[in-house]
Amino acid sequence: MDVPNRPTGRLSTLAAAYVVARRDFVAILWSRSFIFFLLGPLFPLLVGTLAGTIGQRVQETADRPVLGMAMSPADTARMVKAEQSLSDQLGPNMPELVVVRQLAPGEKFDPAAAMKNNKANLAAIVTGTPEHPVLTGSSDRIANWEGRVGLLAAQALERNPTNYPEVELAGIATTRADQTHGQMVTAQIGQTVLFLLMMILAGMVLSNLVEEKSNKIIEVLAAAIPMDAVFLGKLFAMLAVSMVGITVWALVGGTIWFAAGHSLGDYPAPAVGWPTFLALGVIYFSMGYLILGSLFLAIGSMASTVREVQTLSMPVTMLQLLNFFFASFAMAQPGTWIEKAAMIVPFSSPFTMLAHAAQDPALWPHALAIAWQLLCVSVLVKLGATLFRKRVMQSGPQRSKKRWFWQRKGAGAATAKA
Amino acid sequence: MVSNAPTAADRPLAIEARGLVKRFDGFTAVDGVDLTVPQGSIYGILGPNGAGKTTTLRMLLGIIDPDSGIRRVLGHDRPHEVAHAIGYLPEERGLYPSMKAYEAIAFLGALRGLPLKEGRARGKQLLEENGLGYAIDRTIRQLSKGMAQQVQLLGTLVHNPRLVVFDEPFSGLDALNQGKLEKMIRALAAKGTTVIFSTHVIAHAERLCDEVAIIAGGKVPFAGSVDVARDRIRPQVRLETRASDGPWRAALPPDARHEGKLWLFSLPESGIEPLLRALIEGEAGILSLSIERAGLHDAFVAIAGEAAARALEESPEELR
Repeated sequence: MDVPNRPTGRLSTLAAAYVVARRDFVAILWSRSFIFFLLGPLFPLLVGTLAGTIGQRVQETADRPVLGMAMSPADTARMVKAEQSLSDQLGPNMPELVVVRQLAPGEKFDPAAAMKNNKANLAAIVTGTPEHPVLTGSSDRIANWEGRVGLLAAQALERNPTNYPEVELAGIATTRADQTHGQMVTAQIGQTVLFLLMMILAGMVLSNLVEEKSNKIIEVLAAAIPMDAVFLGKLFAMLAVSMVGITVWALVGGTIWFAAGHSLGDYPAPAVGWPTFLALGVIYFSMGYLILGSLFLAIGSMASTVREVQTLSMPVTMLQLLNFFFASFAMAQPGTWIEKAAMIVPFSSPFTMLAHAAQDPALWPHALAIAWQLLCVSVLVKLGATLFRKRVMQSGPQRSKKRWFWQRKGAGAATAKA
Repeated sequence: MVSNAPTAADRPLAIEARGLVKRFDGFTAVDGVDLTVPQGSIYGILGPNGAGKTTTLRMLLGIIDPDSGIRRVLGHDRPHEVAHAIGYLPEERGLYPSMKAYEAIAFLGALRGLPLKEGRARGKQLLEENGLGYAIDRTIRQLSKGMAQQVQLLGTLVHNPRLVVFDEPFSGLDALNQGKLEKMIRALAAKGTTVIFSTHVIAHAERLCDEVAIIAGGKVPFAGSVDVARDRIRPQVRLETRASDGPWRAALPPDARHEGKLWLFSLPESGIEPLLRALIEGEAGILSLSIERAGLHDAFVAIAGEAAARALEESPEELR
């Protein structure tokens, strides 16, 4: 074989990170796990829809209160006809009308006794005549239904217009209170989406590192390029994968959303406006993911087995959950030291800043926060890489237990393999 | 005739390490290792399991940093600065299972700065040249362990490194592939590549190496040419006599031992002639006499054994 040319210089850290990122990105994109990642949001949606539908059905069948009726056959017929007519206009606001008994002339009927022997989920019983209806039931229920029963009786007596004119609707601008509440809701939704995405991705990047360890490739990487580059490459590969995923979700979800006739204008606009808010959402998602991902990588670097990784990542996940709650709490305290603290703590900063964007139009705090978060990412990546070099590249088995200082003198041999 | 060819000692150094120390959790894995590896040589690092070979190699490659000591690799204090000129095959082999063989080679080259396109072309070429052409498009998980190991070996060399470091390269290979690897190592050295490998199988080092370092207990009790290592052990004498006893017995060295019909002992410092004279005059009846130069294996056992004994004397707690 003729002697081929050799590379003329070492790779820079960024170039080396790109080599790792490119490999990881392609590998993940063509893996089955990416399909599951794409389908990920479908599962909670499906489960939520299913649970909601079932719950609604249960609610409808179990709890829908029924209005009983005991009148003469003629009055009963008029009332039933009126109920059918009003149901078209009022829908579910009209109680379901059930004929308990058609009374013969002179027949006595005790509605209170009928309520006691209630087997048909009766909430109240209307007796008497349409001209003089008597509503029997619990006090809150009859107070609630009084107007509707009156309307029903009036309809039965044909004292109402039979043709309903179309009502013109004239909305007014939202009040300041409505706007604040709406922005709070937007902020909350933004924070939750951010948190869920970050947790999924940080978990994925950790699995990726563990897989690398089990494939024994990590030593090849560590020998060829700086560990910082390995970590950066892994983080950015997963970020790129997530961006692909988010783009797919946004395209599919957006298409369905807009096809259904919705628009962003239906929702309370964030203080910085929708375009800036969405752009900041992407940036804070990236920052939050990079911070959490680099922390998870640092954890992965300390662990030598999958079990150790799981054990170590559990408390971090819990802490991250606390951070999320902290950021949510801070959102409700704008301008206070709590909000400022949540902005500074690197793990809650992306959540808090996104919520801040929904509530405050100023942009300079975001520039400051992004710079701070970038600094934190670089420190965490460096820390993880250092820990990795110190802990993982120790050949041979790790010590099984911590020894106290008096046990350390003359430490046992044979932990380091040749 | 005097040769003008430069000896190993005259050549510039590919690796120079002085006083390398590495501790893990208070345990000293490598304790003051000195190494000088001339460029273009085949250099063996020999040692029993747990001696500190892998840790030493990892420090030389910059995978881990020494706690103290200096290292210069291809003239640089920071090995990653010259990563593009180094190839490394770790003891624990590893490739991405879902990668195709030629892609895996290209990836290993890309880590060392070889453009991916060129790496792919070279990967296919290397696989063809080494009888693995049929595996070009197979994924690593479709290959046998031995074949995957060969793919990784080719990936170690794809960027044409000036220094190749193999950690236990022969482990896991069958005899045929061990022979192929030995041939490959010689070919690398022939074109000026420095090859350094660790092994605990002495025969490979004896056949291949210009120089060796023996590591035991984290220290290097010997570093030098294979010949010098072998000369550390006195040649062994095997003597068979007709007479079982007589005045000639007094001429045998004190360490002589009798095994079957043979007397075995180290060649006396005075040489074989005085002994021969005593045997003849004493009418021992010499049936056979052979003087065998010590092999590297004997030298290794003796040197490593001495080092272990010394370490035990110096710090018995450390080895307990």
